[in-house]
Amino acid sequence: MDKKPRKLAPRTPMPEQPAKERVKNFSEVTTGYTLDMAVAEAARCLQCKKPVCQIGCPVEVPIKAFIGHLQKGDVTAAYKAIRETNSLPAVCGRVCPQEVQCEGACVLAKKGEPVCIGRLERFTADEYAARSACEQLTGDKACPMIREELKVACIGGGPASLTVAGYLSTLGIKVHVYEALHEPGGVLVYGIPEFRLPKAIVKREVQAMTENGVEFHLNWVGGRTITVQDLFDEGCQAVFIGVGAGLPRFLKVPGEDMTGVFSANEYLSRANLGRAYAFPEYDTPPFLGKQVVVVGGGNVAMDAARTAMRMGADKVSLVYRRTKNEMPCRLEELEHALDEGLHLEILTNPVRFAGDENGRVTGVTLERMKLGDPDEAGRCTPNCTGEYFDIPCDLAVIAVGTGPNPLLLEATPGLERNRRGYIEVNEDTGETSMANVFAGGDIVTGAATVILAMGAGRRAAKEIARRLLGDDAPQDVPPLHGGVPAAQD
Amino acid sequence: MPVAILKKRRLIPGQTSELTLDASHIARKARPGNFVILRVSEKGERIPLTIADTDPQAGTITIVYLVVGKSTAELETLEEGDSILDVCGPLGKPTHIESCGTVVCVGGGTGIAAMHHIAKGHKAAGNRVITVIGSRCEDLLLFKEELSMFADEVVVTTNDGSCGMQGFVTDGLRMVLDREPSVGEVVAIGPVPMMEAVANLTRPYNVKTTVSLNSIMIDGIGMCGACRVVVGGEVKFACVDGPEFDGHQVDFARMRQRLSAFKPQEELSWAEFRRLRGQEA
Ligand SMILES: Cc1cc2nc3c(=O)[nH]c(=O)nc-3n(C[C@H](O)[C@H](O)[C@H](O)COP(=O)(O)OP(=O)(O)OC[C@H]3O[C@@H](n4cnc5c(N)ncnc54)[C@H](O)[C@@H]3O)c2cc1C
Ligand SMILES: Cc1cc2nc3c(=O)[nH]c(=O)nc-3n(C[C@H](O)[C@H](O)[C@H](O)COP(=O)(O)OP(=O)(O)OC[C@H]3O[C@@H](n4cnc5c(N)ncnc54)[C@H](O)[C@@H]3O)c2cc1C
Ligand code: FES
Repeated sequence: MDKKPRKLAPRTPMPEQPAKERVKNFSEVTTGYTLDMAVAEAARCLQCKKPVCQIGCPVEVPIKAFIGHLQKGDVTAAYKAIRETNSLPAVCGRVCPQEVQCEGACVLAKKGEPVCIGRLERFTADEYAARSACEQLTGDKACPMIREELKVACIGGGPASLTVAGYLSTLGIKVHVYEALHEPGGVLVYGIPEFRLPKAIVKREVQAMTENGVEFHLNWVGGRTITVQDLFDEGCQAVFIGVGAGLPRFLKVPGEDMTGVFSANEYLSRANLGRAYAFPEYDTPPFLGKQVVVVGGGNVAMDAARTAMRMGADKVSLVYRRTKNEMPCRLEELEHALDEGLHLEILTNPVRFAGDENGRVTGVTLERMKLGDPDEAGRCTPNCTGEYFDIPCDLAVIAVGTGPNPLLLEATPGLERNRRGYIEVNEDTGETSMANVFAGGDIVTGAATVILAMGAGRRAAKEIARRLLGDDAPQDVPPLHGGVPAAQD
Repeated sequence: MPVAILKKRRLIPGQTSELTLDASHIARKARPGNFVILRVSEKGERIPLTIADTDPQAGTITIVYLVVGKSTAELETLEEGDSILDVCGPLGKPTHIESCGTVVCVGGGTGIAAMHHIAKGHKAAGNRVITVIGSRCEDLLLFKEELSMFADEVVVTTNDGSCGMQGFVTDGLRMVLDREPSVGEVVAIGPVPMMEAVANLTRPYNVKTTVSLNSIMIDGIGMCGACRVVVGGEVKFACVDGPEFDGHQVDFARMRQRLSAFKPQEELSWAEFRRLRGQEA
């Protein structure tokens, strides 16, 4: 037999809007594979005996199997394979940091040309939805009747809770999701911009869950409109807390409360949740800046910077205290942002904002930094130099991370929290210090990733199913602990 | 989930209305000082409004608003039987109500409605409640009868003297403070300049003064920081740390500046709304 290795074809490039065009609109940047492109890309997969790519996936997507189906052009089978473990494939295909997860582990990654697993996942979900809107709702599985007496509540409507709801509802358990905002989806809706994750995609996934019997209670605030105790009093057998890490951190430097200085959460919520980019058709007003400074180096900072470009900024500068190599954002986001004209002010740190007599920001003073020794996590610490310079700005967005929102936690005194203020859970079950109260996602790990939040949701959902259904619960392997939380600052 | 309007009272036609909403889930939890955030329609903005009253038995809450821009104008177009698309609450820390003898509750304009719920709470806690309310003229005076039903005294001031004392609420308040030796607390709700004037007035009297800050908000649960205010030199989030704060510590100048952050867009939005309505009519 011919053992000579096949010559490796290069990764199939993702079609995208030209940078010059896209900075003027909010349509999705990447336009997606065609069927031919997807089959060609799938053909690059070696179908390894031991699919190492799967080990790092927090929701255990059967990557080898779904790509195998795609090699034969069978989109339906591929979709069903993904859907078995992943309730939000169209989302994950777009926002996962594949380079440090599945694609990072792919054996072809050694040659720098891993299979484009994320793009194929996205293709499969989109193509399937387009072909069969109706089958997609249930993943074409015979959907069990919802048994109203088995009742579970989720507080927060982000990816962690949606995963719990998706998993349990397919087992016939009634799930109620309580979300404080007027749209479900968490960061997927209020944080990640339309041009990266169209809201229609999140809507589609949520709609599928609604059809599957999940009930969404929007505008309900856990801890205010309803407490954890209320939920048990109303007959819930388990409660899942997935409220995210929504508390914006500020720099705590002088002038930061000036008009024109925003937290990334506010800036992005206006644009995404409030559709401020379509003002005045939509009522939420945007704050328009010509000279924009964004502070941070994570996905959040990239999203804010790219939103500002699309809202007509002349210059957007990213102020980051380390270098390009240490930025925690997805590689693709940085590349896209640079193509679109992002200006980098690396190795700088804001020390104060200046303003005019009306309290509007007019500039920022930056201190030059230099990289010191690596910290425990291996990232080099930035050190001060005592050298300062000013740059003008009429809009500044602070994207230096978030913390745990105390609102629900303070209203739930029995919940034990860790040193950093996040909820303590049992590593294997996701259960908190309160019996039958589970938690997962950013409120446990701190700001991390969509897929880790989903992995945590899946872990808790399995345990809840085991307790509620006993022997009827699906028997399978314990969840893998894959991936490292990537800091978002 | 849309919330139905059970009753609409036009308190000042075209300007101020009171809506009774069918919202048992909010009514059962709401305390004096809480507010809701609502969105009138699919393309609407989230706006905060104080819960002016509740009836937990009937499962209703009451809101009172002044038409100042697009969102409140759009709200004003709704009638009994219509629904508000989104109503979220109760939000904010409830008023800290303790037994403190005599409490003076000051309300200006639409703020009188918000103050009403708090005054009622103080009364229920056994305090002696003196209310001082004011507006430009008698026709614009809200909730006088409602307050008279439980308050120990209602002092009325109007700028033109058409009802009660001529002057501002601060004139009424000064009279009360000069007369009453032992006021435990002053609560003031109304336009920012009024609350600032009240805080300045009470400072030399050394009486605890609580104001309710109406900063611009989005989520109302502490996630965005739009509602940042500076109190005692520290940044606070009005939606979760407030909306009530120690009036003597509030940086009102910053507050005013932040409130005008979106002025041009707000004006554009309202002008556009009036233009479209005008064409319809
Ligand atoms: C701008 C931005 C870009 C990002 N980009 C990426 C990316 O490209 N890839 C990636 O993997 N990750 C990304 N992340 C991180 C990722 O979005 C989060 O890790 C993930 O969404 C966490 O999911 P979650 O379910 O734990 O919480 P969230 O998504 O934060 O959802 C929590 C939900 O709970 C609601 N809530 C909060 N408090 C209450 C309460 N008391 N009662 C009821 N509801 C409440 C909130 O309104 C929210 O809807 C990004 C984050 C941001 C902010
Ligand atoms: C906790 C709280 C309680 C309030 N209670 C009442 C009440 O009981 N009755 C009442 O009439 N008003 C109340 N307000 C003020 C009310 O929210 C604003 O008048 C309303 O948002 C104006 O919206 P608009 O579109 O009609 O006007 P716009 O044209 O948008 O704005 C007019 C002015 O209102 C303020 N404003 C605008 N947007 C917001 C926003 N999203 N959040 C807060 N303020 C904003 C600004 O100062 C602006 O200059 C309260 C505000 C807060 C924060
Ligand atoms: S309104 Fe967003 S933090 Fe207060």
